[in-house]
Amino acid sequence: MSTITQDSPAAHDDHHDDHHHGAPKGIMRWILTTNHKDIGTLYLWFSFIMFLTGGAMAMVIRAELFQPGLQLVEPNFFNQMTTVHGLVMVFGAVMPAFTGLANWLIPMMIGAPDMALPRMNNWSFWILPFAFAILLSSLFMEGGGPNFGWTFYAPLSTTYSPDSTALFVFSVHIMGISSIMGAINVVVTIVNMRAPGMTWMKLPLFVWTWLITAFLLIAVMPVLAGTVTMVLTDKYFGTSFFDAAGGGDPVMFQHIFWFFGHPEVYIMILPSFGIISAIVPAFSRKRLFGYSSMVYATASIAILSFLVWAHHMFTTGMPVFAELFFMYCTMLIAVPTGVKVFNWVATMWRGSISFETPMLFAIAFIILFTIGGFSGLMLAITPVDFQYHDTYFVVAHFHYVLVTGAIFSIMAAAYHWLPKWTGNMYDERLGKIHFWCSTISVNVLFFPMHFLGLAGMPRRIPDYAIQFADVNQIVSIGGFAFGLSQLIFLAVVLKCIKGGEKASAKPWDGAEGLEWTIPSPAPYHSFSTPPEVK
Amino acid sequence: MGAHQADSNRKLIGWLVAGAIGMFGFGFALVPLYDVLCEQLGINGKTQSTAAVYKPLTVDTSRTVTVEFMSHIQTDMPWQFVPEVKRMEVHPGELVRTNFNAKNLSLAQTLGQAIPSVSPGQGAAYFHKTECFCFNQQLLEANADAQLPLIFYVDPDLPESISTLTLSYTLYNITDRGYVGAIEQGAAK
Ligand code: HEM
Ligand SMILES: [Cu+2]
Repeated sequence: MSTITQDSPAAHDDHHDDHHHGAPKGIMRWILTTNHKDIGTLYLWFSFIMFLTGGAMAMVIRAELFQPGLQLVEPNFFNQMTTVHGLVMVFGAVMPAFTGLANWLIPMMIGAPDMALPRMNNWSFWILPFAFAILLSSLFMEGGGPNFGWTFYAPLSTTYSPDSTALFVFSVHIMGISSIMGAINVVVTIVNMRAPGMTWMKLPLFVWTWLITAFLLIAVMPVLAGTVTMVLTDKYFGTSFFDAAGGGDPVMFQHIFWFFGHPEVYIMILPSFGIISAIVPAFSRKRLFGYSSMVYATASIAILSFLVWAHHMFTTGMPVFAELFFMYCTMLIAVPTGVKVFNWVATMWRGSISFETPMLFAIAFIILFTIGGFSGLMLAITPVDFQYHDTYFVVAHFHYVLVTGAIFSIMAAAYHWLPKWTGNMYDERLGKIHFWCSTISVNVLFFPMHFLGLAGMPRRIPDYAIQFADVNQIVSIGGFAFGLSQLIFLAVVLKCIKGGEKASAKPWDGAEGLEWTIPSPAPYHSFSTPPEVK
Repeated sequence: MGAHQADSNRKLIGWLVAGAIGMFGFGFALVPLYDVLCEQLGINGKTQSTAAVYKPLTVDTSRTVTVEFMSHIQTDMPWQFVPEVKRMEVHPGELVRTNFNAKNLSLAQTLGQAIPSVSPGQGAAYFHKTECFCFNQQLLEANADAQLPLIFYVDPDLPESISTLTLSYTLYNITDRGYVGAIEQGAAK
C-alpha cells in the first residue's frame, strides 16, 4: 500500500529543541510532554482509572439493588452514585479513551510526525485530572455531590440541587474545554498533516470517523457549556432560564440538553465504527467491504444526529407532528447504521477469519451493538416509548450501545494496537479469558434489564417492588462478575508492557495502514520525514 | 513545519475556534428561539402574558366548547388556591368571567405568581385573556384571602378538533426572590 522512508530518529535530533532520541526520563517527561504517543498513553491510563472509578460506583448501585428495600446506602447517596457513575463513564472513561486512541493512532495512520498542535495537546490532557478531581471531591462536601442524574434536568439541578452544584458546573466546563481543544487538534492534524498522496478517500476509517466526531464535538460541547452556565446562573444568580415562576421553562432545559446529548451519544460511537472497520478486515484477511459507503454513512449519521434530540422527550407533551417528526428521523438513523453493520458482515463473508482477542471483541461488538440498535428502534416508536421511557429498558438500551458498543471497541483497539505501542505481544490466553468473562457477564448484567424495564421497573430508584427481586439479583451478579473481569484486562496490559514475545512491525498479517510499516514498539518520533503514499 | 503550514494551521484554528464560540452563543440563542417558535407555532400551551383586547365578535352560538380550570400549588407555597368553577361550557367569541379563590394560610405576608398553561398545547393560541391575575404578582397578608378574576374568550377560529380546553395554573411562592414585575420584563434573562 505504501512505501516508507523511515530514517533512524537519531538522524535529525537537531531539528528542534524538543526532539530527542527517545523519551526524557522522570515525572517531568509526562507533565511537560508534547509527544503524541506520550499524551495518548496518558489519556488511555486516565481513562482506565476513570473506568475503574465509575465501575466502583456501579458496584455500589448493584449492591444496593441486589435486594429490594434500602440496605446499604441512603437514597440521596444512591442518586449521587448513579449521577457520578454516568458522568465519569461518559466524560472520564469513553471520551478520553477515544482521544487517547486518536493521539496514538492518527499521526501514525496519516504519516504525520505528531499532532499539529502539540502544546495545546499537553494542556487539553492535563486539565482533565483537575476537572475530575473537582467533580469527585464534591461527593465529600456537606450536602453531597451532584444527585440529579447525568442529564441534570432542571429543576432538579437548579431548585433542588446540593450546594456543591457549582463544582459540578465548573468541572463540566473544564471537560468541555478539554474536548474542544482535543477536537480542534484532530481536525487541524487531519486536514493539514497528511503525508503526500494520502488523499481523502485513502484515509483509514478510524481517521475519517474521528474527523467527523471532532466536528460534532466542536458543534455541541459549547452548547453543553452554555447549558451548565444557565444552570449556574439560575441556581446562584437569580436568572430564570428554566424557572417557570420567573418566566422560564423547565422543558426548554431538556431541548437544549438533548440538542447536545444526542450528538454526544454519536461522539461516543463513531470512533468505534472506525476501530471495527480496521480490525474486521485485518482478521478476515480481506479488504473492507464498501469503504466509501462507510464514509458517507458516517457523515449522514452525524448530520441526522442533530435532528432527533426530542426522542428523549416523547413524554413531555409535544404536539403530535413533533412526535412524528422525531420518530421518523430517529428511525432514519438506523439506515446508515445498518449499512455499516452489513458492510462488516460482508467483509467477514468468505474471509479467512482467525479469532484473536481483538477480532473476538470486534465480532461481539457487531452482534451486541446491533442488539442495542434494535432496542433503540423500539424506543423510537413514540407510543411504545410512553411505556418504556425512564424504565430499565432504556438502561439496557444504552448500556448495550455504550458498554458492549463503545467500551468493547476500545478494548478491541487496545488489544489490536498493544503490540505496536509496547513492542510486545499480549498474552493471548489471558486476553481470551478476559473476552469470554466480559462477554458472558455483560450479558448476564444487561440483558435481563430489558425484561425489568418491560415489566415496569423505573430507573434511578434505590428500591423496587418485590416481583423484580430475582431478576435484579441475577443482574447484580453479572455486574460484579463484569467488574472483576476488567481486572484481567489490567493484568494483560501490565504483563504486555513488562515483556512478552517480541512483536514484529506488523504482527497481524491482514492488517493494513501506515502504522504497521514502522517498527514495534513505534519509535518515539515516527514519520519525521513524511512517507510517500501510493 | 514550514511557514506555509503554520499559516494554514492558524487559519483553520481560527475557523474552528470561531465555530466553537459561535455554538456557545447558539446555545443561548436557543432560549429566545424556543419562545418565539413556541409562540408562533402555538405548541407549548403557553398563553400570552399580557392582556388581549376584546374586539366584539359574533358569538358562535352553534358551537360550545368545554373549558376546564385547574390549580396547582408549589410545595413551598402556603396558600389555598382553587377555581370557583371547575368546568363550564362557553360559546366561541363569548366574553366570560370567572374567579379563582386564594387564601394565605401562613402567618406571613406572601408574594405569589401564577403561571398558566393550556392543554392541548395547540389550543393555547385560541385562548385569549383580557384580564388575568397571572399578569401580575399577587400579594396576600397573613391569613388574608382574595378573589382573583379571570376574563377570557375562546377564539371562534378554534379548530373543530378541539372541543375541550383545560387551563391550568401553577402558583409559585416568590416572596424571597425579590424581583418585581419579572413576568412583564420577560423574566430576568
Ligand atoms: C439505531 C440507533 C438508535 C436509536 C434508534 C436510539 C433511540 C433511542 C431513544 C428513542 C432513546 C430514548 C429512550 C427514552 O428515554 O425513553 C434513547 C436513549 C439513549 N440512547 Fe439511544 N438510540 C440509538 C443508538 C444509540 C447509540 C449508538 C448510543 C450511544 C453510543 C445511544 C445512547 C443512548 C443513551 C445514553 C440513552 C439514554 C439517555 C438517558 O436518558 O440517560 N443510543 N435512544
Ligand atoms: Cu438520542
